[in-house]
Amino acid sequence: MQMNDKAQTTMDVVHRGLARRYRRERLFRRLGLTAVLVSIGFLALLFASIVANGWTAFQQTEILLDIDFAADHFDVDNLARANYSALVKQGLRQLFPDVRGRKDRRRLYRLVSSGAAFLLQKMVMQDTSLIGTRQRVWLPADDEVDMLIKGHISRVGPESQRRLSDRQIAWIDHLTALGRLKKRFNTTFFTAGDSREPELAGIRGAMTGSLLTMLVTLLLSFPMGVAAAVYLEEFAPRTWWTDLIEVNINNLAAVPSIVFGLLGLAFFLDVLGLPRSAPLVGGMVLSLMTLPTIIIASRASLKSVPPSIREAALGIGASRMQVIVHHVLPLAMPGMMTGTIIGMAQALGETAPLLMIGMVAFIVDVPSTLTDPATVLPVQIYLWADAPERAFVERTAAAIMVLLAFLICMNGLAVFLRRRFERRW
Amino acid sequence: MDAAQAVLKISDMPFPAVDEQQGTVEGAGPAPRADNRDTVGEPFVEDPRMTCRDVNVYYGEKHAIRDVSIDIAHNEVLAMIGPSGCGKSTFLRCLNRMNDTVDTCRVSGRILLDGLDIYGRLVDVVPLRARVGMVFQKPNPFPKSIYDNIAYGPRIHGLAESRSELDGIVENSLKKAGLWQEVHDRLDQPGTGLSGGQQQRLCIARAIAVQPEVILMDEPCSALDPIATATVEDLIAELREQYTIVIVTHNMQQAARVSRRTAYFHLGALIEVGPTDRIFTNPRHRLTEDYITGRFG
Ligand SMILES: Nc1ncnc2c1ncn2[C@@H]1O[C@H](COP(=O)(O)OP(=O)(O)OP(=O)(O)O)[C@@H](O)[C@H]1O
Ligand SMILES: [Mg+2]
Repeated sequence: MQMNDKAQTTMDVVHRGLARRYRRERLFRRLGLTAVLVSIGFLALLFASIVANGWTAFQQTEILLDIDFAADHFDVDNLARANYSALVKQGLRQLFPDVRGRKDRRRLYRLVSSGAAFLLQKMVMQDTSLIGTRQRVWLPADDEVDMLIKGHISRVGPESQRRLSDRQIAWIDHLTALGRLKKRFNTTFFTAGDSREPELAGIRGAMTGSLLTMLVTLLLSFPMGVAAAVYLEEFAPRTWWTDLIEVNINNLAAVPSIVFGLLGLAFFLDVLGLPRSAPLVGGMVLSLMTLPTIIIASRASLKSVPPSIREAALGIGASRMQVIVHHVLPLAMPGMMTGTIIGMAQALGETAPLLMIGMVAFIVDVPSTLTDPATVLPVQIYLWADAPERAFVERTAAAIMVLLAFLICMNGLAVFLRRRFERRW
Repeated sequence: MDAAQAVLKISDMPFPAVDEQQGTVEGAGPAPRADNRDTVGEPFVEDPRMTCRDVNVYYGEKHAIRDVSIDIAHNEVLAMIGPSGCGKSTFLRCLNRMNDTVDTCRVSGRILLDGLDIYGRLVDVVPLRARVGMVFQKPNPFPKSIYDNIAYGPRIHGLAESRSELDGIVENSLKKAGLWQEVHDRLDQPGTGLSGGQQQRLCIARAIAVQPEVILMDEPCSALDPIATATVEDLIAELREQYTIVIVTHNMQQAARVSRRTAYFHLGALIEVGPTDRIFTNPRHRLTEDYITGRFG
């Protein structure tokens, strides 16, 4: 009887507490959910604003001109010297024969990008059979025209405060009516390097620079990081000396990246005399930055390899090196690669240290070797974000979209590798 | 009566009560030597495979093994029993220098394998561990195929010249481990996908594949169910024809079933060694008797 009573009361106490326990659990769940929703909300906001700003950059207004590549215009031995801008002007004048006077004509010519002549030159140099023919050529419109068509600058208001005069707007409307002025897919954005003219600017140079830099970073930091981690985890005796190294590696991971840039400037450029603005140096600086990340991740994944596997291999007479190469490394590799990719993704988005070593220069040519002057995507974004032209605003956003796409791909790859090679014991 | 119960339990023991090899009759072994004051019974044999003298093991400050001296005969099964933490695993791991992997561990004394000091300066642990193989408490197959699990040892030691020779070694080892019937049609599947008992037999097959002289087993059945345990015990009974086996176990019936000699450890000291049947029926040391009759540990 006594026992029964006691059991009864115990259950009562438990039940009384139960409601409170469940209430707490619900509260905790709701808090967590709110936190997740808020962060997703911010992320969505970021993406939405970037996409809204940037998607128009993937189109570019172009003007269709009839170009007369008359033979007497060209000197076969020196095709580069021909007056290509005259061809463009001629094409424009044909469409508007009644525009007279130097001032008006100059205004007319300004509708087409100043890079149009260069494009014609490239066409002719690539295919000399064009000489002596008449061709219909789509040439990029000036960025002001592009902005007008995309609705980013206003058609109304006092003429003196507008970038385009009433007459120019009338010409644009006329061309549109003729079907000679259209928004077309902006291939230039993906094939050209940087330019002062927004309609000629592209991210190819920055993308190549980023790839070259990442290549150097990967080649330097992955083997070095893995080797350092293996040594520290598997070979180094635990002494105050290795403890010191460990503390310092953890410290390095937290050092602001600009410091690595300064180190690169002082050591790689000034002492070693390596070239400025080069992906080689950029990659070296960024690997200083990613090394700690890779070492820490690699050590963690080495630690997570169960000791029973090491013992099994040692127990049948594998040498220390064989245990590591045959068993530990393959099992730790997915974790190491994940860490490396995360480190690389950080490096891909890094700007500050690269500013210090001159990768912020205005570079038109697409780099082709590790020592060519180059810039990288985030620096390109930084440069364009600073440019006054309205057309660079959308290009900035578009470049951010490209960078984000790269980052999403890399992080997706990290998740994929983790899933693919994850092992359970 | 406790002693009578012990006799009943081991009445189906496969071994004769007399240790014929040594020619010593129950209870009439040589008296413990003077320099071996702690151990009673018959720790020494003629023509031993392994000889351990005054072995001391320290983990940092902790003295885990104290002055242990014992011989291990050819083709015998030696069982090591004792309460948890008494140093059985530690001593076992000295026999193939697995303790080298523990930073804080220090071993002193002499351990000879066929007359050669395995802690000698010139001794390489890699071939030593090929000669003295080990099976662990928890089955630990490599996360590789069954075939590769067995073939790994022969591969690293270069025991097979050709693929067919390697195939032969794999088949033989699996047959000896009594696993061939169950796995011969799925050698390419992961060893980790086998049942616990099969995994443990796979680990034994892996140890046999490098043709060791001595096999050390640290509680090989403690993670297995009774049926898998019986299979492994049958396997041990067969293996002792060719190999010297040292087995640590908490299961006294198991020690009685599989071993020829038994060593009882207590707090790092070797208390008593003797023929298994004698230890279980007529322990000489009080500590041994307390442990066997269940009054301790
Ligand atoms: N790596 C180690 N570092 C420090 N002390 C250890 C280490 N391994 C074992 N010891 C200590 O050495 C003593 C013997 O341990 P050991 O593992 O050999 O016991 P055991 O007899 O195998 O026990 P069990 O039957 O529980 O497996 C124990 O007191 C243990 O705490
Ligand atoms: Mg143990």
